[in-house]
Amino acid sequence: MATKGPMQDPIVDPRIDPRTGEYAVIAPGHNFKSVTQKIAGIVLTSNTPLGWFFGLMVGGGVAMGVVIGCTWLFLKGVGIWGVTIPGAWGFAIINFVWWIGIGHAGTLISAILLLFKQTWRNSINRFAEAMTIFAVVCAGTFPLIHVGRPWLAYWLFPYPNTMNVWPQFRSPLAWDVFAVSTYATISIVFWYVGMIPDFGTLRDRATMPAAKYFYGMLSMGWRGSTRHWIRYESASLLLAGLSTPLVLSVHTVISFDFAVAALAGWHTTIFPPYFVAGAIYSGFAMVITLAIPIRKFYHLEDLVTLRHLDNMAKVMLGTGLIVAYGYGMEVFMAWYSASHWEFFMMWNRMFGPMGWAYWVLILTNITIPLTTLWSRKLRVNVTYLFILSFIINTGMWFERFVIVVTSLYRDYLPSSWGTYRATKWDYMIYVGTMGLFTFLFFLFVRFLPMIPMSEIRMMLPQTKVTHGGKNAETVSEESA
Amino acid sequence: MPPREGIYGLLAEFNTPSELVYATEQARHAGYRRMECYTPYPVEEAAEALHFHTTRVPLVCLLGGLMGVTTAFLMETWINVWAYPLNIAGRPLFSWPAFIIPAYEWTILFAGLSAAFGMLALNGLPQLYHPVFNAPNFRNGATTDKFFLCLEAADPMFSLDGTRTFLEQFPAISVVEVDH
Repeated sequence: MATKGPMQDPIVDPRIDPRTGEYAVIAPGHNFKSVTQKIAGIVLTSNTPLGWFFGLMVGGGVAMGVVIGCTWLFLKGVGIWGVTIPGAWGFAIINFVWWIGIGHAGTLISAILLLFKQTWRNSINRFAEAMTIFAVVCAGTFPLIHVGRPWLAYWLFPYPNTMNVWPQFRSPLAWDVFAVSTYATISIVFWYVGMIPDFGTLRDRATMPAAKYFYGMLSMGWRGSTRHWIRYESASLLLAGLSTPLVLSVHTVISFDFAVAALAGWHTTIFPPYFVAGAIYSGFAMVITLAIPIRKFYHLEDLVTLRHLDNMAKVMLGTGLIVAYGYGMEVFMAWYSASHWEFFMMWNRMFGPMGWAYWVLILTNITIPLTTLWSRKLRVNVTYLFILSFIINTGMWFERFVIVVTSLYRDYLPSSWGTYRATKWDYMIYVGTMGLFTFLFFLFVRFLPMIPMSEIRMMLPQTKVTHGGKNAETVSEESA
Repeated sequence: MPPREGIYGLLAEFNTPSELVYATEQARHAGYRRMECYTPYPVEEAAEALHFHTTRVPLVCLLGGLMGVTTAFLMETWINVWAYPLNIAGRPLFSWPAFIIPAYEWTILFAGLSAAFGMLALNGLPQLYHPVFNAPNFRNGATTDKFFLCLEAADPMFSLDGTRTFLEQFPAISVVEVDH
């Protein structure tokens, strides 16, 4: 838009960058000090908003569902759940896959978009990473409690023991242990390394001695030395480069749990890519669910702008189309494979006793989002996106429900057909993990810097270095 | 190491990254070598002015990754072939394609941990005490919006008066002495 003539309509919306015609990534008028004050102020203020206490309480209260549900589970055993034969995998595995999938967008934003030099991600990457970690916490709960004897869950790890028993590495469940534990560890390390410079800022700006001490310890004595920064940037880039194949492999390995089994509806090669795309789809929906209230309540509209929401909605549109392709391919293969079992599975999935779940999935995951996200008006409509993000995550939960339950409950032998019905304990633990997630997230926004300050500073125009020792603004004034 | 006493260096504070980079280039040109810039975000031009280009973080990361893949693959082979052989549906004991998946994960795990902890170790962190924190204006700006250049007393070119005069020719907000 270099040749902007007087005939052109002036751009009315001040949030739109006239050079690109897109919404600006950061609202104009900010400098190093103002972004630092804005972000550090949320953490260092002594006036905690009442709404925060309310949210923490609600989250903590709902999280009691996990505590109560797990206590009863440990006392009585997995019989309190709806799992039975043939539906031996129920809510636990559905919720596990759902939560892990949500976590994936965090890694995608922090790693893959960093490698692609998508600097707009800087505003949202910290809380997306936090979302990843808390989602992995919620996800990790389920495999641990569904092993039946959770106090022996550590047997999954290869460690020398007096029984001389070792894991069996040809099993996808052993792969899961490695994939998910690596994912959790690397996500936490990446998250923490990203926060070290910001802890330095908080240490230097804190006034309470306790806060100075706390953030001082966490910052490890970070002093912003240039040599440190260069190594730091190198390590960040390497962690991003490592997280990218990691995030793709984690959901691939999880899909192997299904794909390796010889069951119609599970035994398919399309699962790895289709699981990964679905994970990113639901994860971006969750980032939107979190970003919209946060930017509103903490007045961060300048830093998390409509550009971010627009871009995230575009990613959802893209991954949503991959997911739609996956559904289409499943139906096509059921016909093309000429396998009686595959065909029946698909017919049963669509028109059997639980067919409603399939159509809910198609409606919420495909029909509603993929017809509306093409419109830029709707992509920057905050209310619509917020509602849509819930719709998509409902759809993604139903996707896992459909895959797990409708493949299992009517398999090869009609004499072994059954059904699956979740019990109140299933629901209690599932809803409880949502409370746990909310609770952890509320703690995070209060005590840790939720937007990376050092990375936001890098996006400001003041960072431009001109040779000869003058700053950018002086030079442009002189030349004008 | 003898106890450190006296002056650590002179610290000049700048408002903009351009001024910092210019001063750093001039200091390097004048023959100073023991110096360091402190900035609130990574300034690549400052690193160029310091002639600091290569880091060993990628090498540490590579070694970590190689260690991870070797450890995991050998461990799986030893466990499933020798330590605890199990016949799973007649599959070979040495099912190497299946072993790739945990080995792949541990490659990433070891490489990632090496990159993160290697970066901290090469940076000498955690190090809660450093002389520059003694400067009265350092913590006010170095992690927020100011740019610092420290010429260290350990440099043979360093002299309190001469270096101070040298630094004051730049538009620095202040030039202060930093004690150990």
